[in-house]
Amino acid sequence: MLKAVNRTIGSASIGTAAEGKRADVRSGKAVLRKALRAVLQVINVAGMLGLVLVFAMPFVWMISTSLKTLPETMIFPPVWIPENFVWQNYADAWNTGPFLSYFVNSVVIAVGILILQMLTIIPASFAFARYKFKGSGFLFGIVMVTLMIPAQLIFLPVYLELSAFKLLNTHLGLILPFASSAFGIFLLRQAFMQISDELIEAARLDQAAEWKIIVQIMVPMVKPVLVTFALFSFIAHWNDYFWPLVMTTNETARTLPLGIAKIRDVEGVATWNTLMAGNLILVAPILVVFFLSQRQIIKAFVYNGVK
Amino acid sequence: MAKIELKNISKKFKDDTVIQNLNLTIKDGSFTVLVGPSGCGKSTTLRMVAGLEKQSDGEIWIDDTCVNDTPPGMRDVAMVFQNYALYPTMSVRGNIEFGLKNRGVARGERDKLVKDISEIVGLTPHLDKKPQNLSGGQRQRVALARAMVKQPKVFILDEPLSNLDAKLRNQMRTELIQLHKRLGTTFVYVTHDQVEAMSMGDEIVVMNKGVIQQADSPMKLYHDPENLFTAEFIGTPAMNTMQMRDAQGLDIQASVGIGYVGFRPEQALINAGPDSEGYTVEGEILTRESLGAEQIYQIQSRSGVFFVKTFLAPVVTADHVKVTIPYEHLYYFGLSGERLRSGVQANRKQLATVGGI
Repeated sequence: MLKAVNRTIGSASIGTAAEGKRADVRSGKAVLRKALRAVLQVINVAGMLGLVLVFAMPFVWMISTSLKTLPETMIFPPVWIPENFVWQNYADAWNTGPFLSYFVNSVVIAVGILILQMLTIIPASFAFARYKFKGSGFLFGIVMVTLMIPAQLIFLPVYLELSAFKLLNTHLGLILPFASSAFGIFLLRQAFMQISDELIEAARLDQAAEWKIIVQIMVPMVKPVLVTFALFSFIAHWNDYFWPLVMTTNETARTLPLGIAKIRDVEGVATWNTLMAGNLILVAPILVVFFLSQRQIIKAFVYNGVK
Repeated sequence: MAKIELKNISKKFKDDTVIQNLNLTIKDGSFTVLVGPSGCGKSTTLRMVAGLEKQSDGEIWIDDTCVNDTPPGMRDVAMVFQNYALYPTMSVRGNIEFGLKNRGVARGERDKLVKDISEIVGLTPHLDKKPQNLSGGQRQRVALARAMVKQPKVFILDEPLSNLDAKLRNQMRTELIQLHKRLGTTFVYVTHDQVEAMSMGDEIVVMNKGVIQQADSPMKLYHDPENLFTAEFIGTPAMNTMQMRDAQGLDIQASVGIGYVGFRPEQALINAGPDSEGYTVEGEILTRESLGAEQIYQIQSRSGVFFVKTFLAPVVTADHVKVTIPYEHLYYFGLSGERLRSGVQANRKQLATVGGI
C-alpha cells in the first residue's frame, strides 16, 4: 500500500523516498516474522506429537499385545497390528484366577477408601482452614509430618494391629489404614483458605447451619480440587500392589493388581498376551473415571479463585 | 422496623482497642450513615450490630431485645457486603432464596417472594444465571434482593457502592434512597465517602479512631460542626482551617483559648467590594478547577494554603487576589479541636493592613 502511494507521488522529495525505503524494510521484516511464526508453529505441533507418541506408545503396545497369539508377541521385527485379533486372551486372563472376586474387591476397597476419605478430609480441612482453636497449628503439623513417613516404615506395626483386631484378609483391613489422607487435608485446606470470609458470613446471616455452609457453599466451590484429589486417591489405591500383598494371606480380599501379577506365575513361560489383557482389565475402569472427570481436572489446574 | 441501641460498646483485637465506650442510638426507620476515614472502626461497629463480630464489652439492643448472645442469623438483620459475597456456585434464584430455605419457608411462598423481589430490582430475566455472568450493577442488585427477600428489621450495608463505576454509583445511590423510602426499614450504611454520606443519610455518624465525633443530620453537620475533625471531614473541598497564630491580622477578643479558626470555601469572597466586612487575606492563586457551575481556587497566602469556591461567577483571571471572609462565617475551635460557639468576638472594624505577600 505505502509503496504504491509513494510511486504515485513520485520520489521527487528525498523525504518520501526515504519513507518508502523504510516501508520496504518494514514489510520485509513482517514477512520474516510471519515465516518465523510458521516455523515455530510447525516445531510446536511436532513437539506435541512427539510427546503424545512417547506417552501413547506403551499403551498402544499393550493393546496390540493383548490381541496377539503368544508366538506373535515374540517375533522380530515386532508387528503392531496382529494378524487375527485374539479376544480369547481376555477370557483366558479372566479365568486364570477368581477375577470377579478380585474385581469386586478392588471396587469395594477403592470406593470404600474414597468415601471414608471424603468424610474425614472435608471437615478436617475446613476446620484447619476456618476455625481458630487451641493447638490447631500443632495438630496440622502432625498431619503434615505423616506425609513424610514412608509406608515401608509403618506396614509392620499396621500389620500387627490389623492382626490383633482380626482384620487381616478383610475389606475393612485394607480400607481403614487409608481412612484419611494428609495430602488431601493439606490440598483442601489451601482451597478452603482462598474463599473469602464474607461468603461464610453472608451464609451465617442467611441462617445457614454450619454443615449447610460446608456442604452447600464451600464444597461446591472447591469441587475441582476435590475431584482431582479423588482421582489421585482412586488411582493410587486401585493400582496398589504393596498393601494388599502384605495384608492378605488368601484370596478373599485380594485385589486386581495381585491377580494380574499371578498370571505370570501360572505357567513356566510368561504369557505376555494374557498378561496384557489382564492389565487392560485393570486400567479400563480408571480410564472411564478419568474421561468422566477430565473437565473438572483441567479446571482444577487453571482455577484462579472466585471473583 | 427497629431501633438499634449501642450501650457502652468496646472492641479490642488482642491488645489493640479499636472502639472505646461507644454509645449510639439508631432511630427506627432512619437511614443512618457511619462515615469516617479507613480504620476508624465504622465497619467493626456495623459488624457487631450484625453479630459477625462480638463486642468485648457493652450491650447491643435491637428494639427491646438485647442481642448480645443472639447469633447473626437470628437477629433479623440483612447485610449487603462490599464485594457482594454472592454464592458463586448458585444461580441468582438460589442466592436469593437460600436464606428463605434455611428459615423453612414453603416452596410456593418462596417462589412468590423471589418473583416479587426480582421484579422490584429488575432481575427477572437473569434468575437462572450464575453471578459470574452478571455485570457489577446486576450483582449489586442480587445482593440487595438477597437482603430484601428476608424482610429484615434492619438493613446493614458495608460500602456497597465502592466496587461500582462512578455513573452506576450515582444511579444506585438514588435507587437505594428510593428503596429506603419504599421499605421504611432502618438502614445502617457504612462508607468512607463523605459525599455519599451527605447525599444519602438522614442521620450521619462521623467517627474517628473508634470515637463518635458527631451524630447529626447532614445539614447540621455541615453548618454546625462540633469539632475540628468533623469540620475538616465534611464538605468538598473541606473546611479551610488554620492555627490561630497563623491567622495574621485577625483581631479577636476571646475569653477562651482559641486553637484554630476555619471557614467554608464557598463563604469566602474573592475581590469583594469595600463595603464587605470580614477577615481579609491576600494571596496568589495556585490552581483553578473549573467544574462548570462552580470554580475552585487554591490560594497561597501568608496564613497557608486554602480553597475558595464560587458559584456561577465569572472566572477570576487575576493571580493576586484579596479574599474576604465575613466574620459571621468564621468558625472557632479550641486548642484540642472542640468547637467554640461563644466567648469569641471578632473585631468588626475594617482592617487596614492584613496578610499579603
